[in-house]
Amino acid sequence: MRQRALKKAFTDTLPVMAGYLVLGLGFGILLRDKGYSALWALLMSVTIYGGSMQYVGVDLLAGGASLLSAAMLTLMVNARHIFYGISMVDKYRDMGKAKPYLIFALTDETYSLVCRPDAPGGTSPRAYYFLVSFLDQCYWIAGSVLGGLLGSVLPFDTTGVDFAMTALFTVIFVEQWEKADTHLPALIGLGISVICLVIFGADQFLIPAMAGIALCLFLFRRQITKGGAARG
Amino acid sequence: MDSVIHSVLLVAVMAGVTAFLRFLPFLIFSKSTPKFVLYLGEVLPYAIMAMLVIYCLKGISFAERPYGLPELLSVAGVAALHKWRHNTLLSILGGTILYMALLRLM
Repeated sequence: MRQRALKKAFTDTLPVMAGYLVLGLGFGILLRDKGYSALWALLMSVTIYGGSMQYVGVDLLAGGASLLSAAMLTLMVNARHIFYGISMVDKYRDMGKAKPYLIFALTDETYSLVCRPDAPGGTSPRAYYFLVSFLDQCYWIAGSVLGGLLGSVLPFDTTGVDFAMTALFTVIFVEQWEKADTHLPALIGLGISVICLVIFGADQFLIPAMAGIALCLFLFRRQITKGGAARG
Repeated sequence: MDSVIHSVLLVAVMAGVTAFLRFLPFLIFSKSTPKFVLYLGEVLPYAIMAMLVIYCLKGISFAERPYGLPELLSVAGVAALHKWRHNTLLSILGGTILYMALLRLM
């Protein structure tokens, strides 16, 4: 049973492995360039464990930012994690001892895998969710420490490999699209995000987008539940 | 030494706030799951996945070469490949190779 969960978790996380190794590597290299050794990469990837925040964190460290501004910036960059929590509250209800770690390790990529309906696919949900979360963090730590050790002396040009992450989200979007009875939630997510990106710009669109999405999901609640979108 | 301590504190703040955001919903809804949270739990993944795709594409510039074409074409390629074969690894691998090729060609 456990072996099947491991096999499925490993296969499912392969795209994340590609993305995290590359993004982690980039993070480690950046950190090293600013004078922070691989030990710092390890510390940050173990305790913070959030891709975009750690990239922002490099600047905070190098610039000697104040603790308050670091806290504010983290709140803004990572506010989207509240959404992940909200949609996993019920799924993670009976996860026993693994639960705190599952919640801690809920990154964009891990969320995109565990939020899928029937993600464990017949294997033990507890083992599957844990293994996906744990493997993902291992990839991230491995990539960032390696980047910190190697510095910028890589034998080949990896520019663009991080597109694996975008591709992963796109694949999951297509899968959800095909399973859904109504496309309203997906269209709301797409439409509001694009509108907010245009209005607020790349650095500030996430929070207004989240608020707009939540609002629209409630406004159109009747239409969405009538279509049975959510049975997924 | 002072700057090392400050750096450790900065990491601690980033880690603490991130964990706080991740744990918050679970702390608020620890006893029972209210109906509206169940509803959001069901429909949010559909909306969020679109948001994440846009989030990944937020950096592209339409004003200068290559006008975001590598990104847009590759996302379309991934979607088409996945509709056709429904093989996750193939779609991601194919899309990433396409993107890396377009980046170098355009």
